[in-house]
Amino acid sequence: MLQDQDRIFTNIYGFNDPFLAGARSRGDWDGTKDILAKGREWIVEEIKSSGLRGRGGAGFGTGLKWSFMPKESDGRPHYLVVNADEGEPGTCKDREIMRHDPHKLIEGCLLAGFGMGAHAAYIYVRGEFYRETEALQRVVDEAYDAGLLGDDACGSGWKMDVHVHRGAGAYICGEETALIESLEGKKGQPRLKPPFPANAGLYGCPTTVNNVESIAVAPEILRRGADWFAGFGRQNNTGTKLFNISGHVEHPCTVEEEMSIPLKTLIEKHAGGVRGGWDNLLAVIPGGASVPVIPKSICDNVLMDFDALREVQSGLGTAAVMVMDRSTDIIQAIARLSAFYKHESCGQCTPCREGTGWMMRVMNRMVAGDASLEEIDILEEVTRQVEGHTICALGDAAAWPIQGLIRHFRDEIEDRIRKRGGAAQAAE
Amino acid sequence: MSAPRGTPPDIPQPESFAFNPEVLEAAETIIAKYPEGRQASAVLPLLDLAQRQHDGWLPQAAMTYVAEMLDMAPIRVYEVATFYTMYNLSPVGENHVQVCTNLPCWLRGSSRVVETCERVLGIGVGETTEDGKFTLTEVECLGACVNAPMIQINDDYYEDLDASSTETILTELKSGETPKTGSRIGRRSCEPIGGLTSLTGDREAGD
Repeated sequence: MLQDQDRIFTNIYGFNDPFLAGARSRGDWDGTKDILAKGREWIVEEIKSSGLRGRGGAGFGTGLKWSFMPKESDGRPHYLVVNADEGEPGTCKDREIMRHDPHKLIEGCLLAGFGMGAHAAYIYVRGEFYRETEALQRVVDEAYDAGLLGDDACGSGWKMDVHVHRGAGAYICGEETALIESLEGKKGQPRLKPPFPANAGLYGCPTTVNNVESIAVAPEILRRGADWFAGFGRQNNTGTKLFNISGHVEHPCTVEEEMSIPLKTLIEKHAGGVRGGWDNLLAVIPGGASVPVIPKSICDNVLMDFDALREVQSGLGTAAVMVMDRSTDIIQAIARLSAFYKHESCGQCTPCREGTGWMMRVMNRMVAGDASLEEIDILEEVTRQVEGHTICALGDAAAWPIQGLIRHFRDEIEDRIRKRGGAAQAAE
Repeated sequence: MSAPRGTPPDIPQPESFAFNPEVLEAAETIIAKYPEGRQASAVLPLLDLAQRQHDGWLPQAAMTYVAEMLDMAPIRVYEVATFYTMYNLSPVGENHVQVCTNLPCWLRGSSRVVETCERVLGIGVGETTEDGKFTLTEVECLGACVNAPMIQINDDYYEDLDASSTETILTELKSGETPKTGSRIGRRSCEPIGGLTSLTGDREAGD
């Protein structure tokens, strides 16, 4: 179990001062200049060997991502873009970082920016987070006033600018190339890759897009050392992580825990347990709306990390744990997510634009049992035709929850269809 | 010129639009964040400023004005204005009540929150009260899931709701009061209500 002394986000609940004086008292901006003096290579290598994997959902190695940036500028500026477009249903961790521990993010921007040769960072915050944007802007302003950012950031001689940019309501902008499009002032429609952002991203310049949490943990890793961070969690799944536990638990909450913590321990220790006790658990969506649901039998023993959840055909995603007890209509729950993806499809790729609407309509009939048994297989087949056939991962994200439902709760769907069929026959 | 797609045809559009001086200054600060020649990056925040100045909705004249200011083709601005959900292309009430009904909120009773809003305001989802004080909208995940169910009214979040606290908030707004934002069950933010399970020792004295 993680001890407080090893927690990175020590003000995540906002009990203390989030601004500069409070942040300094918690250790932020301590020795930043010395870290910068160790050089760009050292920073990237240290993040690599910490094993930090991207906290936005995909879990790609953060240090490796940074290393893709050109070593020398060819004349084009480099950019760091921070993805604060937090919108994955169930996920509310970056919001707490931005309003309660924001200096970790700003210090992270300087260190990461330096590590990739960037003199400018843009933090793209979802538009609905108006108060969070205000807090963040205040923190950026005080960092400039204190000489932590600007022409000579922390007295290091490195010029670093950080800008806060507010979006305007579009889930798809959480996809990194859609975010770049949006930041350029366009509709947020994902780009084809290649070219990858590290070669041609924002304004056609080398760009790295990282999640808020990935950037905000970097300063502490660099201060305490890669080995410290790598000492938590299983191999290839290292570190500490913010978990959001929502739904049918006694005490929904956000908590920083060690990676690879058993799901059951996480829920029972921090969220007061499942409403009505563990045996009242039906299923959990362990990593935000995009990952497949897992039934109680898997929840009993599964560990909360990238590899363990992948082995059970789900995923860690953003570590947003949505708990559903036995009172839940699981078909309706997944149908709600299908409606979400239909709403958020950007419309660019046909399989997603048409498929999300089709899947939503069929899911709505499944909720009512107004379908034939064969249609379950047809629905499954259509999810396979959407999955992997679109520019970005939204198509996959729309397909996976339905696949998880059919995999684990097919009986439930069949029962409902039979019941409805029986009722219809009796009425004739 | 025909109206951008998505604009309701029967909405009376103002003839012209211009930022007032304070807003213009704010717009210039925003434009300066982006490299020279990349001022189109400011289109989202500038449309937001325009909407705020224009009682919460974005008329076509404002889109054209922003296009001119940023040296963009008007169609590019219309595309943006109709793509993002936060731009209102027709008038909204003074209080834009946006209820999240996505999964985490639904699991904890957002349906009751929606019903309460409909009953107290006397309107359905997507409608505006006759006095123009309230618009009720259903929205997707607003990112406060461990404080579900929740609603956003204008720039503020109201969290940990039930039917009764929802009614209190709306009643206070009706009578011109300012309801307390954030959690309605006494939480500071996202900590577990049953007592802290982490960070138990670091509260500053007097907090």
